[in-house]
Amino acid sequence: MPGNPNIHDKKELSKIARDLRLDILETTSKAGSGHPSSSFSSVEILTVLFFAGILRYRAEEPMWPERDRFIMSKGHAAPLLYAVLAAAGYFDHDEIFKLRQIDSPVQGHPIQYMMPGVEATTGSLGQGLSLGIGHILASRLNGFAYNVFVLMGDGECEAGQVWEAAMAAAHFKTDNLTALLDYNKYQETGPISREMALEPLVEKWKSFGWRVFETDGHDVEDLIDQLEKAVSFKGKPSIVIAHTIKGKGVSFVEKDFTFHGRALKGDQVKQARKELLSEGAAT
Amino acid sequence: MKPGERAGLKESKPLRDIFGEAIYNVATENEKVVVLDGDLGNSTKAETVRIHYPERFFNIGIAESNLACIGAGFAACGFIPFIVSFSSFLLCNAYDQIRLSIALSNVNAKVVGSHGGITLGKDGPTQMGIEDFALVGGMPTFVMLVPSDPVSMHWAVKAAADHIGPVFLRSSRVAMPYIYDEKTAFEIGRANMVREGDDLTIIGCGLMTSLALDAAAELAEGGIEARVVDMHTLRPMDHDAIVSAAKETGAIVTAEEHLLTGGMGSNISRIVAENAPVPMRFVGLADTYVESADPDDLLVKYHLTAADIVKASLEVLRAKGV
Repeated sequence: MPGNPNIHDKKELSKIARDLRLDILETTSKAGSGHPSSSFSSVEILTVLFFAGILRYRAEEPMWPERDRFIMSKGHAAPLLYAVLAAAGYFDHDEIFKLRQIDSPVQGHPIQYMMPGVEATTGSLGQGLSLGIGHILASRLNGFAYNVFVLMGDGECEAGQVWEAAMAAAHFKTDNLTALLDYNKYQETGPISREMALEPLVEKWKSFGWRVFETDGHDVEDLIDQLEKAVSFKGKPSIVIAHTIKGKGVSFVEKDFTFHGRALKGDQVKQARKELLSEGAAT
Repeated sequence: MKPGERAGLKESKPLRDIFGEAIYNVATENEKVVVLDGDLGNSTKAETVRIHYPERFFNIGIAESNLACIGAGFAACGFIPFIVSFSSFLLCNAYDQIRLSIALSNVNAKVVGSHGGITLGKDGPTQMGIEDFALVGGMPTFVMLVPSDPVSMHWAVKAAADHIGPVFLRSSRVAMPYIYDEKTAFEIGRANMVREGDDLTIIGCGLMTSLALDAAAELAEGGIEARVVDMHTLRPMDHDAIVSAAKETGAIVTAEEHLLTGGMGSNISRIVAENAPVPMRFVGLADTYVESADPDDLLVKYHLTAADIVKASLEVLRAKGV
């Protein structure tokens, strides 16, 4: 594992998570648009993936052929992706503030290789898991033993392609594929249970031939445990279903699902900043 | 009369069989070539790779969206995936996946749409690819190749493998006669003039190029010398060949086994209108779906024959003032 951060200290990981949330807040507010609440809910998942020694990468060599792949299938969480890649050292932190600006590679939804570390073009939901299978089948011909992680949203699981991919992953026994499901229980227009029920979700994945792990998606210690188990599990592809809170970290965003595609502005930004900073101080 | 018969062209096997030979050849030459199948390898003839190189052949099943993205994943890892299925199923089921994961990502993936046009015949309009040029036209990073005979098919498959970036290649179930000899030089984006003439130009692609040669043979019997251009690359389109044809012959007929809306002819007309406006006529499918029937009967009923090209040629010559 060449020089990846391997932090297991809860306090330290929480501080990284807090800083990522601040970045998401500031970049989306500066852009005047974006998806802060969907980004907030996935923060601990990616904090653990990138900083607790799970993902093997070389920030200074983003195309290292043997790197583990991280595919952000829920492309609307791009502000989080850029923040975490900057924190991991793929590019300068100042870059992320060009989000959604003219002549900038920091696109509203990720475009493959437009920024270092961005492995896939996403934003039309449901495609990431299939891309991940392609990377794994290719690794068998290349003789590489990398792992592939794909972060999906819960609403995304309404797309048929997700289940095409679920079936194929089990068929090809891609046990080095780990799906990460941010189960925040809301899609754009409302609660998932009201708009398009997903349950029983665990049983669905199991019946498609996957090993299912569940965790509190904001508990960094349990996330580490479940991700490590998922990575080492052999014989089947794994999914970690992370139960999360949409908008996690900012009280009034947690209570209002309509922040899905909306940036915070004015006093909301100040209030959110205050909450995030005080939360960081408390831990 | 068979396509190419009046022009004296030599018959060949179904074009899909030629595709099967060509994909086997490039897989033999280049170990980075992999084939991803949508459970139609026996129809598209991509199965030649399954037989000879099973480790580089993946049947993804009847799931085109998954198929397209898995192919894009291979491309991201340095392989040259040929994603092969029926043109209609691939483009219509997986358009968004091809758009994001291949076109917008600009990866080195090849999409082969087999059973293009109406000449698959009796399986009917659900299986026919009559809108593929228009759909691929909507993805700006794609090179689009439409071979018209066995020699150009062999070239096109190799050219697709050698070109770095997204390529769409149309294959067909129908047999297309030999237009070219083995030594013919091809280049992506450079149309081949397959018959000289100064009275008008007929621009064809795919099956319609040999029918254009038949039409030219018939016109020659009446003293009309038609230039025939094979537009084997629909993007990038050969701007110079089109402008020269307009300027030197003063009248253009286009012929394609595709809808007229969004097809080859409409794109040619834009180049003509901007650079050298001359009278034009268009042979292709009007705004209609066709039906299940013998391919020859369909070509007659839907006005895709050498006789239709002759008729359009005489009309365009009248408009030219001859």
